[in-house]
Amino acid sequence: MAAEKKLAGYICTGCGIGERLDAKQLQAVATREGKLPSVKQHPMLCGAEGVKLIQDDIDAGNATHIMIAACSRRSKVEAFSFPTVAMSRANLREGVIWARPEGDEHQETTQEMADDYIRMAAAEIKFMTVPESSGEQELNKTLLVVGGGMTGMTAAVEAAKAGYPVHLVCDEPVLGGVWKDLYKRVPFRAAAFDVPGGNDVDLPQPEDPGLDDLIEQVMANGRITVHLNAKITKTSGAPGRFSADLSMESGRTLTENFGAIVQATDYKPYDANQLPEFAYGTTPDVLTNFEFERLAKQANGAVIKRPSDGRAVKSVAFIQCAGQRSSNAGHLPYCSGFCCTESIKQAMYFKAQNPGCDATILFDDLRTPGAAGEDFYRSGQQAMVTFTKGQASAVVAAGGDLRVKFKDLILNEDTEMVCDLVVLATGQVPNTGPDPYAQLAVDEAPTEEEKAAARAALAVAPPSILNLDYRQGTDLPHLKHGFVDSHFICFPYETRRTGIYAAGPVRRPMDLKQAMDDAVGATMKAIQSLENAARGSAAHPRVGDLSYPRFRKEGCTQCKRCTVECPFGAINEDEQRYPQFNESRCRRCGTCMGACPVRVISFDNYSVDTVGQQLKAVDVPDEFSEKPRILCLACENDAYPALDMAAQSGEHITPFARVIPVRCLGSVSLSWVTDALNSGYDGIVLMGCRRDDDYQCHFVRGSAMAAERLSKVGDTLTQLNLETERVAVHEVAITDLKRAPAILNEMAETITRIGMSPFKF
Amino acid sequence: MGELNTAMIERYRNSFLKEVEANVEEGEWVKMCMQCGVCSGSCPLGKFWEHPPQEIFMMIRAGKREAVLQSESVWMCTSCYNCIVRCPRELPITHIMHGLAHYAKRLGLVPKTNPTAKFAQMFWDNLMVKGRINELKLGLALYFMNGFGDGIKVALKNQKLGMAMMKTGRMNPKEAFGGHAVKDLAGFHKVLKKAQELEDARIAQNGPPAGA
Ligand code: SF4
Ligand code: SF4
Ligand code: SF4
Ligand code: SF4
Repeated sequence: MAAEKKLAGYICTGCGIGERLDAKQLQAVATREGKLPSVKQHPMLCGAEGVKLIQDDIDAGNATHIMIAACSRRSKVEAFSFPTVAMSRANLREGVIWARPEGDEHQETTQEMADDYIRMAAAEIKFMTVPESSGEQELNKTLLVVGGGMTGMTAAVEAAKAGYPVHLVCDEPVLGGVWKDLYKRVPFRAAAFDVPGGNDVDLPQPEDPGLDDLIEQVMANGRITVHLNAKITKTSGAPGRFSADLSMESGRTLTENFGAIVQATDYKPYDANQLPEFAYGTTPDVLTNFEFERLAKQANGAVIKRPSDGRAVKSVAFIQCAGQRSSNAGHLPYCSGFCCTESIKQAMYFKAQNPGCDATILFDDLRTPGAAGEDFYRSGQQAMVTFTKGQASAVVAAGGDLRVKFKDLILNEDTEMVCDLVVLATGQVPNTGPDPYAQLAVDEAPTEEEKAAARAALAVAPPSILNLDYRQGTDLPHLKHGFVDSHFICFPYETRRTGIYAAGPVRRPMDLKQAMDDAVGATMKAIQSLENAARGSAAHPRVGDLSYPRFRKEGCTQCKRCTVECPFGAINEDEQRYPQFNESRCRRCGTCMGACPVRVISFDNYSVDTVGQQLKAVDVPDEFSEKPRILCLACENDAYPALDMAAQSGEHITPFARVIPVRCLGSVSLSWVTDALNSGYDGIVLMGCRRDDDYQCHFVRGSAMAAERLSKVGDTLTQLNLETERVAVHEVAITDLKRAPAILNEMAETITRIGMSPFKF
Repeated sequence: MGELNTAMIERYRNSFLKEVEANVEEGEWVKMCMQCGVCSGSCPLGKFWEHPPQEIFMMIRAGKREAVLQSESVWMCTSCYNCIVRCPRELPITHIMHGLAHYAKRLGLVPKTNPTAKFAQMFWDNLMVKGRINELKLGLALYFMNGFGDGIKVALKNQKLGMAMMKTGRMNPKEAFGGHAVKDLAGFHKVLKKAQELEDARIAQNGPPAGA
């Protein structure tokens, strides 16, 4: 590491680069302005011969820091993989020749673009070092699975199958959790495809829940240690070296070390006492779906009888969405997604067990996600369950009968039906710990009203499950309604606490099959994470990255911005109240780096300098040249690939833009913006991911943090007497192939309209 | 017929759906409707129906026996098959509509003034005489369906069309006197008798015991 820096540049003239650009000129820029002592060209650098050219220099000790000017850093990653040296890449293919039209009239500005990218990559490489892990890692293959339900048991069995030992912690005296009362389960299969005789042959039927079988597998597995009636009183550490205190039934506390954690604490049944309109609590013949399942289990295939008088049920009504999908106080605003199929299954019990019984399902939308899906709906219809599109408003108990008042939504009339039993399709409430940011929400609420709401939420916060000894709270952060936050589309199991994975209804409502599938996914991710932690490399999305935040303690003012803004709660505090970075809890987003006002946080291969020097290396022509400069800081996860792909599909961008990829918009240091303005850039475009509740940000909160920081840039511009339009922040998705280039072109037009920046030297 | 109706009510009490399953052609499909409304939206006449097909199926499930069997709606179907082609659940809707109409007729519940039902009867009676349709007689019967004065008026209005048809040999005025029959009229009647027997046997199987 400490050895002398040997800089070397390699310019590829393949893929049309040599034809479209003046390679001699590029070589001259790299040598004279980039100050690279050695610059070589090759007609196909990514080919075996080209790669060998580079590798030979490295092996001979002639290159420790290399600049490759060829295609985008996203292309040819396998070919250009030189893990022992620091590397920067000038994007001449996607970034220049593909993004620009051919023709003499464009040649000058296109060449200038390429020259600048060489200057930038040459400047960047000087400030990079080969990332190296701290060397403090160890491999701990043991997993902690929290929750003894079907989800947790599946996670344990899967981990054990993969060869990883598991401790399964269950806070009840028996395994099974919320699923243990199942008489049958919603089928795990759909109808076979293309069955002779039509679509309605061989439809899926309610199945044995498979609980006993799973418990047996868990108990018989030598790799799984089960702790019943146990709780976690403290969890500390980081991936690869978690330590958890398990308080056992005996009163003893067991401290164990783990590589990673899976939280599969499932859900709590909704409290139907909040549904007096359906006579819940006034008669035992109105039950929730959870309670009814127990009744069915007791009946065990025999005639199902009414709880009140033991009479065989002759007609039953199911009220869908009871206390759900509603904005009423005490109701769940979301759809629990399992209760429609659950009701179909339960209605089929009556059809099978109570001869001649009428079973009616009152639904508004019948939603059947999951394996059996629509086929199960048809199965219920074939069994003669009556499906009535209607909205129930009240249940009245009168003379032994129940009257269900509802509005028939097809016939558009208020009507009622008489039955013996009513089953309320109630929902799932996630069984999670308190939101670690609930207090912050109170502190930061902008209005008194919101503050009161945040305070109310804090007051009813559930007890902790993980008891994390993290500065940022005891449990996994929530998204909405108490569900654990995770990147819903791309990384559903990754929570905001690295190495701790959420499986099943803790992250969104779901049925048993989905929860068990979830358990498999989360467990595989947990294994990956502990293996990564052992190598000192990052978990998603920068998998394999060995760099981690380094921090110059002397400069730190203890402002705590990094600690607060880190979306993953990776930073603790040491005894002297300095931030304490946790390499393996870190996702390498750089949000802390962007947050730090005194710029003391950096990575080996990414820092305030690696970007700052690039933007300063750009040649800024004078005010009268009609050649403005637009700096674009683009998120490497979405915006940068979008620009690459746009170029590939023939979209053109203004020749005045200079694009620098950033790890996350959250890593953007305000100093880059001020530096750019001071160096005479005419416009700055920042492209990050969508940041609201349906966020796309790969680092969850990075983009949102950046937007907040950048909201103050307007003041800076006004102070400098510059137009506020010169800085624009955009949400860009990876699919924005037309929009991303258009945003840059718009900025060029804006500059034409408002004029060049007066800050050119 | 009134008797049969009472018997049916007794037999099925509150499950009209089961009654439909047992007695209406393709009635076993009704339970599979998922209430999407595509049929009603596809029916070219749907907006003129008091209860378009989707609603009819809901009414059957809601036990609205009289309203369905006495409705004019089931007689509105023109057999265009638009709905069948589009129904995502592949219900043979057209056939069910005709099945319901037929069942209503069996039970004597057809609304007295329903023109489609009237026309269907006229068509049938006309057909039975010679084993083929006598268009002239059917046309005239239709004109005079609503009384003599009305009939003259309609006939005069269509005079030109009638003349043209005669000229081109599409209508023979001689047909007004007897008209010609199919080659084997006795055989034709035999076929229909057999069909009726089969139908009766089917009904006997599903419906109430004979004599109810
Ligand atoms: S799954 Fe069905 S019953 Fe449950 S909330 Fe959603 S729509 Fe309502
Ligand atoms: S790089 Fe990101 S995850 Fe790592 S400590 Fe900084 S803010 Fe946290
Ligand atoms: S189209 Fe088919 S499924 Fe939809 S309402 Fe009509 S009959 Fe029912
Ligand atoms: S077949 Fe009958 S019900 Fe179906 S669309 Fe045509 S007219 Fe309407």
